[in-house]
Amino acid sequence: MSLDAMLGDRQKLAYIASQAADARLNVELETEGMTLNIGPQHPATHGTLRIICRLDGEQVIWAEPSAGYMHRGYEKLTEVRTFPQVTSLVNRIDWLGSFANEVPFILASEKLMQIEAQPRAQHIRTILFELSRIANVGLFLGDLGVQMGAVTPVFMAFRDREYVLNLIESATGGRFHPNFDRIGGLKDDLPKGWIEETRGVMRKLRNFCTEMEDLLFGNEIFQSRTRGVGVIPKEIALSYGMSGANLRASGVDYDLRRDQVLPMAWDKTKFTVWTHPDGDSFARCWVRLMETRESTLIVDQLLDTMPAGPVMAKVPRIIKVPEGEAWVSTENPLGEMGYYVVSKGDLGPFRVKIRSASFNNISIVPWVLRGVYVPDIITILASLYFILGDIDR
Amino acid sequence: MLAVTIPYWGQTLLRVLGGIVAVLLPAGAIVYLFLFKMMSFMQSRLGPMEAGPYGSMQLFAEVGKWLQKEDIMPARADKYIFRAAPLIVLVSTFLLVAVVPFGPDAYFTNFEVGVFYMLAVGSVSTLGILVAGWASANKYSLLGGLRAAGQLIAYELPMVLAVVGVIIQAGTMNLQAIVVKQNSDEIFGLDWIGNPYILTQFIGFAVFMIAVQAELTQTPFDMPIAESELVSGYMTEYSGFRFLMFFIAEFATAGVFSLIASALFLGGWGVPFAWFGWDGVDEISNWMNIVGPIIMISKMMLLAFIIMWVRFSYPRFREDQLQRFAWKVLIPVSLVNIMITAILKVAF
Amino acid sequence: MARPEPKRVSPLSSDTASDSPIAELPGDALRERAVDELRRALGDSLIDSLIKPGDDVWVRVALTSWREAGAILRDTLQMDYFCFLSAIDWMPSPYGRGEDEPGAEIERPTEIKQGYTGGETRFQVFARVASTDLHYGITIKADVPEDDLVVPSWISNYAGANWHERECHEMFGIGFGGHPNLINMYLPTGFEGHPLRKDFPLLARMVKPWPGIVDVEPLPGEDGPSTENLEANNPDGAAS
Repeated sequence: MSLDAMLGDRQKLAYIASQAADARLNVELETEGMTLNIGPQHPATHGTLRIICRLDGEQVIWAEPSAGYMHRGYEKLTEVRTFPQVTSLVNRIDWLGSFANEVPFILASEKLMQIEAQPRAQHIRTILFELSRIANVGLFLGDLGVQMGAVTPVFMAFRDREYVLNLIESATGGRFHPNFDRIGGLKDDLPKGWIEETRGVMRKLRNFCTEMEDLLFGNEIFQSRTRGVGVIPKEIALSYGMSGANLRASGVDYDLRRDQVLPMAWDKTKFTVWTHPDGDSFARCWVRLMETRESTLIVDQLLDTMPAGPVMAKVPRIIKVPEGEAWVSTENPLGEMGYYVVSKGDLGPFRVKIRSASFNNISIVPWVLRGVYVPDIITILASLYFILGDIDR
Repeated sequence: MLAVTIPYWGQTLLRVLGGIVAVLLPAGAIVYLFLFKMMSFMQSRLGPMEAGPYGSMQLFAEVGKWLQKEDIMPARADKYIFRAAPLIVLVSTFLLVAVVPFGPDAYFTNFEVGVFYMLAVGSVSTLGILVAGWASANKYSLLGGLRAAGQLIAYELPMVLAVVGVIIQAGTMNLQAIVVKQNSDEIFGLDWIGNPYILTQFIGFAVFMIAVQAELTQTPFDMPIAESELVSGYMTEYSGFRFLMFFIAEFATAGVFSLIASALFLGGWGVPFAWFGWDGVDEISNWMNIVGPIIMISKMMLLAFIIMWVRFSYPRFREDQLQRFAWKVLIPVSLVNIMITAILKVAF
Repeated sequence: MARPEPKRVSPLSSDTASDSPIAELPGDALRERAVDELRRALGDSLIDSLIKPGDDVWVRVALTSWREAGAILRDTLQMDYFCFLSAIDWMPSPYGRGEDEPGAEIERPTEIKQGYTGGETRFQVFARVASTDLHYGITIKADVPEDDLVVPSWISNYAGANWHERECHEMFGIGFGGHPNLINMYLPTGFEGHPLRKDFPLLARMVKPWPGIVDVEPLPGEDGPSTENLEANNPDGAAS
């Protein structure tokens, strides 16, 4: 189906819906609305997300996101790969914190094979997981400024993110797509001097968090732009399946690192789970800031307690996962990401359902964007923080 | 010193050339020093370094780049108005610079109602922006243009009211006379400072600078451009030479408003006359005609520095917050300022 | 639902940061209680259940009580968090994994065998919900008869099911009764076919076999299933 016809159909649907909205408006206010497409090419949407808005002046009457411009068919692709090959595939779902995408799948496969990674591997996995969280949310903090109009913080974010990416690269060989996790452990051990370097980088990132707090969060204009904008109450957030910092910013104390037992090293650390009762954009941004700082503290604790040992458990050379179904989800940088792996004893999975966080996070957009102003659309989208690869898989 | 009589057509030519230089030189200086270099240093990067030593030729490279671009126009745009809009915006800058005094004899015109003229002509650019937004046949541009219309009209008033305080204190609307008065008067009996009106009209100065920031659609008042929402707002559909005109107009207007602000509040081209023992305009030496523009430019750079610094630091206001700020905060404050100035002027 | 007024909190602090340790780790007793509750409420509609000790719980319900089961999960069992909803096509793929020459006639198994909690049909719709207070989740499945691929929509239970059902509809062709806007999520309008069904081929693999095929030789002393390949490729003796 050609792109023109596809757009035509979607616009027709939008037109029909907007006519209905118009009819309502014409009775009440006797004004006409304007249909505005935000995206798919737009600086504010992190990628090709299209939001069809019906505006009355500057106020949104009706908004509908139209995802799928980046759909790559991951769930179909996993059916033609072997288990180890799926790792390199799912790296690219959330491409900013990419190590975190591999982990739930590997854990699900290990659950089916009934093996557990060695303690050292679990530690390193957790450290890399938290590093990918810092890289991801560090970018969010900078990007937040740009969406608001403050062009300076984003450069500091990129500068400090480079340190984390250098760390990930020196350990795994890849800055963005490490492809490092293996069923049973990790591909390699850490290079020499990595632990000391990481400690230094964590200190720098804590400074970065303080810098962001002063530069951006304390700014009166920022506060007036984000306070009370896009309030999502707790029940709505839960019924839509929002997860991660978005959920915690609505006051729900739910963090999958603490609330479940996984063969990872989080239970060997002490950390605070930050929540905020407001549920507005400021709360979401603030929770992410605090979480980033918390992640650096977790990494420090893990570095101190790193056990020695092998990083790879005894697994057969060719991995055949026994028949069964397993579900593992983790607290990814964007929210809860999980894999439901169905295996038939083959070399590759039979069906993988990828539950990505941004899909649910963005499904709330029609609800939350009613009645807000156009600049607030950007604020709300920025605070909800999605990655297109996560929505569209 | 140079007592040469130049025929009238020669004077006109000199004035025209001088006007062009007076508009383009501040624009170029601001773009290079502040937009390229200062912004980069603030963002912990270096900025342009390739074209020329330390990127000084970047400006010319940019101009050349913009000039050689294809001249495109949206199919449904209103052709004549689309083409005219950048010119309207640029014209207001040239009209503005006509009243700025650069020296005791170095001025383009010497209106008795210079300030009145300046405020009137400064709002011509609003038309250009609104027209650009409408003629682009693009919903984003339309939103930008409408926001600009509301914002620019709203912030005209604080600007006018802030300047009224200066007029009351100076007793004249002639910009040259205002400059002279600032430099020949004394404050608290100290005549070696002169009487730059920033000292007494500090509220007016603050309001004026904020209003200028809004008139230039600079962050935090850049809703009409709002890069992350409207992708350049009213300028979205412009490219090539037309965009260059908008670009120059933006920074040239910043420069010209800074020149006007330094004339109104900082003492313009002069230094306090007491330093040289002059008593009036006629006694000023002729070398002041050369040094005056230099002093004026440096004061302009200082004010433009502040404008740009604020631009790169703050996020932007939302449109309704912006309007609320103008109508509910700035206008009352400037009205109070006028009242106090008037009372004190009569009392002392 | 009316939006509550945002509470004013002091600018940069949170009054509910929690340091609590892993609270109430779900024991199997919790899961068994959940299954019992469901059985009490649904009766015979709860066809099968499976509790993996220390791990997870699966239940399968009849399709007629799919919506009701969701309501019970949300209200009685306090599963307030909606995780996802999707479907599984249990037919083995007639195209294998695309590692053979296209057009080669290969015998493949065609038996449809369902997974945990069994099943009778080729398609099964499944969903997962969790409880944020009690920290456990439950996976619920239902058979979907092939001649009548319609499932009652879960929108009345969880608002988030909207998008998941749209995706499930376009990927599997399962209709959802009561869904207000069942249009395509990812695929262009007018796309023919349902990609995640096993009989929908992955076109790239139809054109040519994938160059990423792994040819792994077994380690010394280890038997690998690719010994046939190895002998075929190295007729004069493979590395032992």
